[in-house]
Amino acid sequence: MARAVVTLPATARRGEIIEIKTLAQHAMETGFRRTQIGELIPRDIIRTFRCAYNGVEVYRCDLHPAIAANPLIAFTTVATESGTLSFQWVGDNGYAVTEIAPIRVE
Amino acid sequence: MSARLLLLAACFVFTRTLAGEIPLEQRRSGYDLMSRETQKMQDDDATNPGTLWLLDGEALWKRKAGAAGAACADCHGDARASMKGVAARYPAFDAARGRPVNLEQRINSCRTDRQKAPPLAWESKDLLALTAYVARQSRGLPINPAIDDRTKPFLEAGREAFHRRQGQLNLACAMCHDDNWGKHLAGSVIPQAHPTGYPIYRLEWQGLGSLERRLRGCLTGIRAQVPEFGSDEFVDLELYLMWRARGMKIETPGVRP
Repeated sequence: MARAVVTLPATARRGEIIEIKTLAQHAMETGFRRTQIGELIPRDIIRTFRCAYNGVEVYRCDLHPAIAANPLIAFTTVATESGTLSFQWVGDNGYAVTEIAPIRVE
Repeated sequence: MSARLLLLAACFVFTRTLAGEIPLEQRRSGYDLMSRETQKMQDDDATNPGTLWLLDGEALWKRKAGAAGAACADCHGDARASMKGVAARYPAFDAARGRPVNLEQRINSCRTDRQKAPPLAWESKDLLALTAYVARQSRGLPINPAIDDRTKPFLEAGREAFHRRQGQLNLACAMCHDDNWGKHLAGSVIPQAHPTGYPIYRLEWQGLGSLERRLRGCLTGIRAQVPEFGSDEFVDLELYLMWRARGMKIETPGVRP
């Protein structure tokens, strides 16, 4: 189970700055740790997160080793029109999670 | 100096070194001792990473399991109603075992006896998720384990364990958590050890963990022998800790540094 939680206001006024909070469930194995017998534990992290607002990218970031497990990414954008925001996390070992949230702008 | 004065001075020294149990009105949840940032992280479900486990727990609650082909929800219905206040009463007396069991043990006995499914492993993601989901339904309710003739001996055993010096460092739980709470151990504030938010998301763990995992951390810290998960010794101690925190509010899932 790969879960993600996205929180944003359901409605906003046109031109309002809205805050979006996202949480993704991921252990974020750094690739620097070793087992008790000295074998390297392979890296397994989320590499990229992006958010698109009606298809237009409004936020993107690259993630690296040493970013906490279950990363919380919070950012703001301007509410321009009603529609949907899509969120995508992509990582090692085929990790890919997509969430979609609607927004109504008045 | 008269003998009476000497006695008074001796009494003063004695009470200063052994503070004894914390008066009820002076009790503080670990929440009150942590930073404002971590408090806000816990308060908002949108930033509390425990939310991810709650969603897993909700899915597991509804999923059929075992030879009986039953889900938790098939017997217990909507957890938001049926599980309200349940976690606040645990560890609770189990007639079949003749002793108190904690919430994890209750969930697993439901699995083996009713669902006819294998028990979930201690500290496994599924057991933590289900425990967190059940305990979440008691958020804001006062901790209230039933202390009666049946549970009293186990409470006393837990109290004895809390005050018993152990390990290579020869420390008792009470020496930090009753006598020196609020001071620092290395960079960390010593909390009063009230189990108000379990299972907790601990930033140090980068994940959710049970009260027993936390107790193991303390025990290895004082270099004592660590009992097995679910052992009588742990559950007795859990019962004492919950009784010690009676009346305080459940915060599950708590966030701790």
